[in-house]
Amino acid sequence: MVLPAIQVRDLRKRFRKRRRLRKATASAEWALGGVSFDVAPGETYGLLGPNGSGKSTLIRILSTLLIADGGEVRVLGHRLPDEQTRVRRLIGRVSVDAAFYKKLSARENLLYTALLYGLKPSVAEPRAMDVLERLGMEERTFTVPLEEMSRGMQQKISIARALMINPPVLLLDEPTTGLDPKSRRDVQTFLEDLRRREGTTIVLTTHDMAEAERLCACIGFLAHGRLVAEGTSELLKRAAEAATLDDAFIKLTGERVTDGETPAAAAKES
Amino acid sequence: MDGAIDRTLRQTWAFVFRGYHLTRRYISWVIVFNFYALTGSAAVALIGVAAHDHRLTLTLVVGALLWNFLSTLYNEIAMSVAYERWEGTLEYTFMAPVPRFVHLAGLSVFALCNSIVITTSVLLGLMLFTDITLAGANLGGVIVVLLASTLAFVGLGVMAAALPVLSPERGAEATHIFQGSLLLVSGVYYPVEVLPAWIQPISALSPATYTLAACRRLVGVGDPATTPHRLAGAPLATVVPELVVLLVMGAALVPLGLWVFGRVERWAKHTGRLKRTG
Repeated sequence: MVLPAIQVRDLRKRFRKRRRLRKATASAEWALGGVSFDVAPGETYGLLGPNGSGKSTLIRILSTLLIADGGEVRVLGHRLPDEQTRVRRLIGRVSVDAAFYKKLSARENLLYTALLYGLKPSVAEPRAMDVLERLGMEERTFTVPLEEMSRGMQQKISIARALMINPPVLLLDEPTTGLDPKSRRDVQTFLEDLRRREGTTIVLTTHDMAEAERLCACIGFLAHGRLVAEGTSELLKRAAEAATLDDAFIKLTGERVTDGETPAAAAKES
Repeated sequence: MDGAIDRTLRQTWAFVFRGYHLTRRYISWVIVFNFYALTGSAAVALIGVAAHDHRLTLTLVVGALLWNFLSTLYNEIAMSVAYERWEGTLEYTFMAPVPRFVHLAGLSVFALCNSIVITTSVLLGLMLFTDITLAGANLGGVIVVLLASTLAFVGLGVMAAALPVLSPERGAEATHIFQGSLLLVSGVYYPVEVLPAWIQPISALSPATYTLAACRRLVGVGDPATTPHRLAGAPLATVVPELVVLLVMGAALVPLGLWVFGRVERWAKHTGRLKRTG
């Protein structure tokens, strides 16, 4: 029996909101209210949901940046947060905002990451270069400060940063949001190729239904911190008796992916 | 074993590498801050020159140099989290598999290098504004005292670095309040005896008080044998009590700083504070 690469059981998290001159009080709504799912080794698992549904909270817990209030998370058998140091060696993360030292060049940012992970720059740099080439970037851009690059280029470097450490698990939090169609396609093709060649386990959050259908073997619909449906895109469409994944999402969750968020839901994510 | 040591050394080096390249890219701001440090120090030292008082000038010069060194060291470490919030890189640093001790050690190594460069440039600049000589000063002893006080200031810096984790909005402000308080109570430009009686006990808690007292003695401030042309620096043995206090403070403050930082980091992971940008 093959153990799941990622196991999430009854995961719960809620944030406390501070009121002036009062002690922090727990938010009434759960950011994650008992989420459970498995991701098989080498599988790409898609998490779909509107802003505020708990996608980023889930990715942050898997990234060791948040500690859950309850439930259990295991990454390649290692339990969080107890074995967070081991898990950190196994995961790469790409977030929606390409968080870099904007004044530094791509090369300087990538070498810094390599050193931070204890890698030899001579080993990590060719790996990053290879990723960037496969993403369609030219070598000369390596020395350009990040602040002079387009968002698409920055996001590609963000992917190179996550992959230069050669992680068996990749956490992608809306990696293609805000990219132009060409860059989006480059990234999607690269991710397909990566899973095929390296067998990397990927958790992908996205608003883009077409992207989820293209990349994900299994898709989970997240709404109000709960996993309301899970399965292949065909299964979800059949279950909802819908022609498209978009329709299936609306039927199964009762909301729209992109513009259905309420201010309260959006605030929960912030 | 060798692999683990190599990895730790590379991880420590990462923070020096980053600091060096950020300094290079922000070089115009670095020059501006250095210029401001120099003019501020020169303005203070010239009070002694105007009074035609060599002892006062020497007291002020030593105070200015040591404060530049200690405050740069403290500030670089204390503001490291705030800088990362501004850059938006905090989450990536905190999710890297770097033990927090190695992370903070790397920051401290860069902070120490930075402090040495800034203090040296201020010293060279002050020599243009005053006729202070270093001949006769126990410079070796001064370096020993500075190294001993570095540990205590690293501990204070690490504790203060936790403040911007605790509160993205107020944390950076609080680190400056703390730094200002150290300046006030440590006798940087005046003897602590001139402070109001109710503040004087606090000065005993500041490592800078002992650093300044020891370094002034090692440079020869207050020694009747000191002349404008030759200083009468005391031997290192005369500052052993201050050295012991500084080492004890360092031995207590470094682990305490790491413990505080660890607790605050865990709290931030429970409350989601790591995500918020400053």
